[in-house]
Amino acid sequence: MSTAYKTVTDIAGPLLMVEGVEGVTYDELCEIEMTDGSKRLGKVLESRKGVAVVQLFESAQGATTEGTKVRFLGRTFQLPVSEDMLGRIFDGSGNPIDGGPSIVPEKKLDINGNPINPASREFPEDFIQTGISTIDVLNTLVRGQKLPIFSGAGLPHSQIAAQIARQARVLTEKEVAEGKAGESTTEAEGKFAVVFAAMGVTFEEARFFQNEFEKTGALSRAVLFLNTADNPVAERIATPRLALTAAEYLAYEKDYHVTVIITDMTNYCEALREISAARKEVPGRRGYPGYLYTDLATIYERAGRIKGKKGSITQIPILTMPEDDVTHPIPDLTGYITEGQIRLDRGLHQKGIYPPVIPMGSLSRLKGKAQGNGVTREDHSGMDAQLTAAYARGTEVRELAVILGESSLSDTDKAYLKFADRFEKEFIKQGENENRSIFDSLQIGWNLLTELPKNELKRVKSEHIEKYLPSSKTSTEPVAA
Amino acid sequence: MSATITKVAGPLVVASGMSDAKMFEVVKVSNEKLVGEVIELHGDEASIQVYEETSGIGPGEPVERTGLTLSVELAPGLLTSIYDGIQRPLELIEKEANSAFITRGIEVPGLSREAKWDFTPTVKVGDEVEGGSILGTVPETTLIEHKVMVPPTLSGTVEDIKSGSFTIEQTIAVIKDSDGKKHEICMLQKWPIRIPRPCKGKLIPREPLVTGMRVLDMLFPIARGGAGAIPGPFGAGKTVTQQSLAKYCNAQVIVYIGCGERGNEMTEVLTEFPHLEDPNTGEPLMKRTVLIANTSNMPVAAREASVYTGITIAEYYRDMGYDVALMADSTSRWAEAMREMSGRLEEMPGEEGYPAYLGSRTAGFYERAGIVDCIGGDNRKGSLSVIGAVSPPGGDFSEPVTQNTLRVTKVFWALDAKLAYKRHFPAINWLQSYTLYADNLEAWYSKEIAEDFPSNRERAQSILQDESKLEEIVRLVGMDALSPREQLTMEVARMIREDFLFQNGFDPVDAYSSLKKQYRLLKSIMTFMDSAEPIITQEDFDFRKLQELPVKEEIAKASFTPEDEVDEKFNALDETIRSQISALQS
Repeated sequence: MSTAYKTVTDIAGPLLMVEGVEGVTYDELCEIEMTDGSKRLGKVLESRKGVAVVQLFESAQGATTEGTKVRFLGRTFQLPVSEDMLGRIFDGSGNPIDGGPSIVPEKKLDINGNPINPASREFPEDFIQTGISTIDVLNTLVRGQKLPIFSGAGLPHSQIAAQIARQARVLTEKEVAEGKAGESTTEAEGKFAVVFAAMGVTFEEARFFQNEFEKTGALSRAVLFLNTADNPVAERIATPRLALTAAEYLAYEKDYHVTVIITDMTNYCEALREISAARKEVPGRRGYPGYLYTDLATIYERAGRIKGKKGSITQIPILTMPEDDVTHPIPDLTGYITEGQIRLDRGLHQKGIYPPVIPMGSLSRLKGKAQGNGVTREDHSGMDAQLTAAYARGTEVRELAVILGESSLSDTDKAYLKFADRFEKEFIKQGENENRSIFDSLQIGWNLLTELPKNELKRVKSEHIEKYLPSSKTSTEPVAA
Repeated sequence: MSATITKVAGPLVVASGMSDAKMFEVVKVSNEKLVGEVIELHGDEASIQVYEETSGIGPGEPVERTGLTLSVELAPGLLTSIYDGIQRPLELIEKEANSAFITRGIEVPGLSREAKWDFTPTVKVGDEVEGGSILGTVPETTLIEHKVMVPPTLSGTVEDIKSGSFTIEQTIAVIKDSDGKKHEICMLQKWPIRIPRPCKGKLIPREPLVTGMRVLDMLFPIARGGAGAIPGPFGAGKTVTQQSLAKYCNAQVIVYIGCGERGNEMTEVLTEFPHLEDPNTGEPLMKRTVLIANTSNMPVAAREASVYTGITIAEYYRDMGYDVALMADSTSRWAEAMREMSGRLEEMPGEEGYPAYLGSRTAGFYERAGIVDCIGGDNRKGSLSVIGAVSPPGGDFSEPVTQNTLRVTKVFWALDAKLAYKRHFPAINWLQSYTLYADNLEAWYSKEIAEDFPSNRERAQSILQDESKLEEIVRLVGMDALSPREQLTMEVARMIREDFLFQNGFDPVDAYSSLKKQYRLLKSIMTFMDSAEPIITQEDFDFRKLQELPVKEEIAKASFTPEDEVDEKFNALDETIRSQISALQS
């Protein structure tokens, strides 16, 4: 097993061809010893009789066709795990970089994991209150969901992810019954942890999250895997898998509710494309490999709840859409796998609205069971539909007003226009540290609906209109701006 | 000669020593005995697509031949099951693996060998039977009576027939063929998934598959035995529409294939269906359903097989004389699985990297739909309706999978992200969608529902068409530039969109609309239009008065009328419409 082969014949990008090998298996981990004695890790991408194609997790710089030794380790890439990982920082290959001791493993787990049997899954339906109105009311996050943030370069996706990680909590039955949420309770929620994976982000961005966790004291229950922009590209293939392996261990074996933040999936896909190109594979759309969908699925699907297990994995991957184009293969394929998306909008951002979450194009597929009586409040799903529909109409009217002038609009249209403006300023916009309870968010929604004629409120039930709609417009003051 | 692996690259394994292997033969790969299928032969080398994860497998390991092509097991017990792409019951996998995760090399039978079924014969000794003849019945679930048929290739005389409780492998009949050879028949049969099951002939579909969704049944109906496609970008509601169809359509047996889709979605179906009632019978929906779940992170090759596994099971129930509906969500994932295997085989790519045979495979799949004369000599008819979701990248319908699908399906339900953003559900675009079955179904609608059903349908469609043209004018010069008649068209189109086409899938009453209710609702809107037409053209008529009529709110709420109050409520509604509008006249 530990035969070292010195038969490297080709080196191209992060790939090595090793000849004359025997007993090498697909996906096997190997160690490459450079002529200067330094060691790097790689994995087998293809194994033919006598030939193995090896992909390095680090750069191939310094590798030579003569003198470089390749040792096949007889196992796939494994991550040593234990509860001591909490509070620690690792590099993109799973080595500690915080100066602390290495992890004494309770066990070692294959980083590729295995697919969860759909029959063993439990359908996620616990409402998570993030304290952000546009998410809680319109795109409700559910424990065990995978909900990515579709962002663009320069948009505040990191702040939003950090805010979610900081404020996310579930409501107690008492709070739901009373229709009031307290500041924060942690006892009822069980153990929770954050796993953070950074792929190819800048040092500053990685540092932002690190600081954020330190500041709020969350670092002691976080596990960080950092591959920054100056780290090897090929390592990015392994980083999210390491993070999810750690998350699975914590969630399904140690009963933690884990929030996994992965940033930036675009860099991951670029790395995949780079390796695919080096292998001279037939490219799919925009040069990305044809198996991009399958590959992304093996990351995103590692979220959810399992019957009989207390823990859960909620995944919040971040991706920056090249040119803000949602039809680009990366956001496109992601959207087909994940359970919705939180879409950020440059127009809102430029208007100074934080968080710039645009209701059109954002979606939470699992919200159905996490809205309504007993979970949040009876009027929740109606409010969701009504606000989104009204805002969509309002923005349409706004476009119309640009052409025709505001004066030629009908009264109803004018009401919609006013609604849309207020909706952006009062409902979408909130502070980075503002933690709104779902009940406050719903009330803001009702206040805004007073702008519209009553017969336009077709999506909310009439008994809810009577119960919650403020009697007149004048009485509405925005709740805590 | 023993076969050994020479190359492993992802789901593709090449083995040598396979000179007498057959195409599409099932093999067991490596010491782990992973299931694979031969997909290419070159001399004594065979390319094998492996249905399980291949990491840790290397050259030199053995390949075991089975001599069988990839087949499904057909017998009582299929209904209520949930399978992976190659018919392994997921619950048994869980038990066998003793884990919530799917591990490798698990071998479990598709159907229980221990379960006993009550078999009641319908033939007697001496009867002449042919392929497809019904030998007897088994109450498979409270909804479906399973018909045990003579295998399609066999005919002869019944030598022996039993009655009582049997496992699927016990002999229930003996048939002597024309050569005097005796065949023992058990309930269990196998059929290769890539070969369509035979029928006597196909018929032209003339009856609708009623779905309870107004936009589908009224504007774009699909026929029983038809093929339809639902393309749409993510988030437009493909899965929700497919699931609604599976819940409410009036087929007797449903096969639902989750092909490369989300794990939680399959779990939702799994947890929801046993509790949902079939609107036609009141029994749990699961009792008429077979689920095939190959989630996106399960091995890609099994995804390719899953649609064939599903459609073969569906054909089997069709052969019993049932109306079967199959939903495949999503066929794009199936096409991508083909592309991935094709790439690994280093085939010459066609459009966008898809293999050149994408079109013929797609056509071959949808052509297995149809209403047929079943074999078996008793002139029974069965139907298989196929509805495939398509997930075009970026919502661009010009891509190869959508285009190839449209060539062979006759119904096109175009999902529209813009409608979904406005929370208009089902987000089916009424201008882009079409059905080619409308003419075939006209006679049925006129006879069963109402004489003017087809004409109302056409009228609604032309109003919506007019609206889109008028909207352009309004966008340029404003609403005031329209004539009263045009304003009325806009108003009525809005009512059709918001009060008729919009349907709340989460509301227990609105989620399913009977054809009669659909007809009455549209008719009421037409009544509104007809009553208003004479008065709006009067001089000095203030159009706003019409817009502010209180009855409009009643129309908006009319879709929530319970089914048993339809006649009464809609008669009253029509009356109110007429009286309120004529009151404007003074």
